[in-house]
Amino acid sequence: MLNPAANAIRKQVLTEDVQLKLIPHVNRVAVTIRRLALAAIYQAGSGHPGGALSCADLLACLYGTELYFPGNNPAHPGRDRFVLSKGHAAPALYAAWAAIGLARHEDVVTLRKLGSPMQGHPHVLDLPLCETSTGSLGQGFSAAIGMALGLRMKRLSARTYVMLGDGELQEGEVWEGAMFAAHHRLSNLCALIDYNKMQSDDLNERIMGLEPLAEKWRAFGWHVEEVNGHRVPEILDALRMAAGVADRPSVIIAHTIKGKGVAQMEGNPAWHGSVKLSREQIEAAMRNLGVLAHEMEDWIHGRIV
Amino acid sequence: MAASSSAPALIGTSGDSLREAFGRRLATLMDHDKRIVVLDADIAGGTGTHHARKAHADRFIQCGIAEQNMMAMAGGLAATGFVPVVTTFAVFCLRAIEQARLSIAYAKRNAKIIASHPGLDVGPDGGSAQALEDLAAFRAIPGMTVISPADPIEMALATEAVLAFDGPVYMRTGRSPAPTIYDESHRFEIGKGHLLREGRDVTIIACGVEVARSLEAANLLAAEGIDARVVNMATIKPIDRDLVARCARETGAIVTAEDHNIHGGLGGAVAEALVTTCPCPVEFVGVNDRFGESGEPAALAAHYGLTAPFIADAAKRAMARKRVH
Repeated sequence: MLNPAANAIRKQVLTEDVQLKLIPHVNRVAVTIRRLALAAIYQAGSGHPGGALSCADLLACLYGTELYFPGNNPAHPGRDRFVLSKGHAAPALYAAWAAIGLARHEDVVTLRKLGSPMQGHPHVLDLPLCETSTGSLGQGFSAAIGMALGLRMKRLSARTYVMLGDGELQEGEVWEGAMFAAHHRLSNLCALIDYNKMQSDDLNERIMGLEPLAEKWRAFGWHVEEVNGHRVPEILDALRMAAGVADRPSVIIAHTIKGKGVAQMEGNPAWHGSVKLSREQIEAAMRNLGVLAHEMEDWIHGRIV
Repeated sequence: MAASSSAPALIGTSGDSLREAFGRRLATLMDHDKRIVVLDADIAGGTGTHHARKAHADRFIQCGIAEQNMMAMAGGLAATGFVPVVTTFAVFCLRAIEQARLSIAYAKRNAKIIASHPGLDVGPDGGSAQALEDLAAFRAIPGMTVISPADPIEMALATEAVLAFDGPVYMRTGRSPAPTIYDESHRFEIGKGHLLREGRDVTIIACGVEVARSLEAANLLAAEGIDARVVNMATIKPIDRDLVARCARETGAIVTAEDHNIHGGLGGAVAEALVTTCPCPVEFVGVNDRFGESGEPAALAAHYGLTAPFIADAAKRAMARKRVH
């Protein structure tokens, strides 16, 4: 569920007792994201599981606590914005909404079906929680910059978060946007990079290397945080550090593992692209994610309330 | 100018450029509409937005020479309630067309893309800068309204209409001083063509700088006893199908004229409207599937076959085919 109490302390470094309460909640959100995203991809017969699993903990931190919706109203003009620029991880985004009660599980598993609002890549006209349509890499980042600028021009204190894939950083548009955001000192903007080191065909470093990545962002004028993208306390601390930076945009480079949480998928590039999961594969994945035998059918069919 | 006047419609020959007319009206509109923000990619002096920069610096956003980011960013600004006016040369709108497609049109954002320097009218900068494909490309994007006004007065009115309209728009301005066609009594409406000169034998349907040349062509034809009708089709999409069909019925032959490739622009839009309503012979005046080159706009227009004599010849060809039919 939305956690306004957690938002109240988002500009402070987390104290241990707050972390104790918050972290189990975020972890539960992350588990739901992983299970439901895979169920949706299984039901769809296609989708990108590797990159959905690698960003699950980051999404859990954002939707589990960080994103602030005044009055618990996700349509409030003063809400924080989140844009999934790596739009192919859409199943994880839809699952994150479901995990905090903003979408129905049974809708998430209609992913990629004709007539479903759960398009293969997020589409703003179909989904009230979606801030803008994405799927063409680089564009969500630019749109998020526009939102951050617009919010600042309207003197709203809301923050804008945007998640990029690592392969996405090969798009020139990203660096156009990086220059713009730094030049205009958009301190209300926080980018998260799901740095799982793999892209569609191969490892980043074999396609077109990104390193030294942190130095690139620093050179472009950004505040940089590097974290283990599967360690919730580290992510939450980095988000709070970023929120405290007043004179420049922030980027959180989150080192992640493609397919994280499912043994057969971890670090295996075969699971990046759009794949069809077999019944055996989805059951094995669900068991890996702690789904018990008697819950299996309900998770696979989105019948969890 | 009365809608059905058969008098020569050219009022003057030394008007403002369309970009200047756009820039001035935009700055005025910004006085009253605080939602309007202008995005520029380091060519405000070229697009006419230097007026907005001077009058409304707080809503003038310098994006640097980075058109893809600018275009998608406009989508984000629109999402926060602003009405972004994205300005650059037409050829750089093509560079960012995929951003216009996804972040503006697909997301149904109320953003305006205003393209200066379209067609051969760019002149000496040459083929690399002369966008002859933009009307076709933007017309193919679902939900995108495409407009190319004819003179400075219509440009100012269109600027106002575009900003009052809710939805994505691509509009061409122009670099060169443009002949004035209209006076202050002109009314501009998105989606409506304007019958500039009545005629019975053939209809010339034109947009942008070709409207004035089409009026000249009608005068040339009149000297030969041919009664040519002239329509200013400033909105290329959605095209005024009723007017196109009516002209086909009433004159039986049509010529289209545009500073654009003959493929996919105004000519294509008119032809599509015709074949599904009232088919008749059509001739296309435009650049014949070639790139441009350096030269003064008038010289280029003559070299590439866009001037009045070429339009008049096309009209006679269309009429000849009408008789064969």
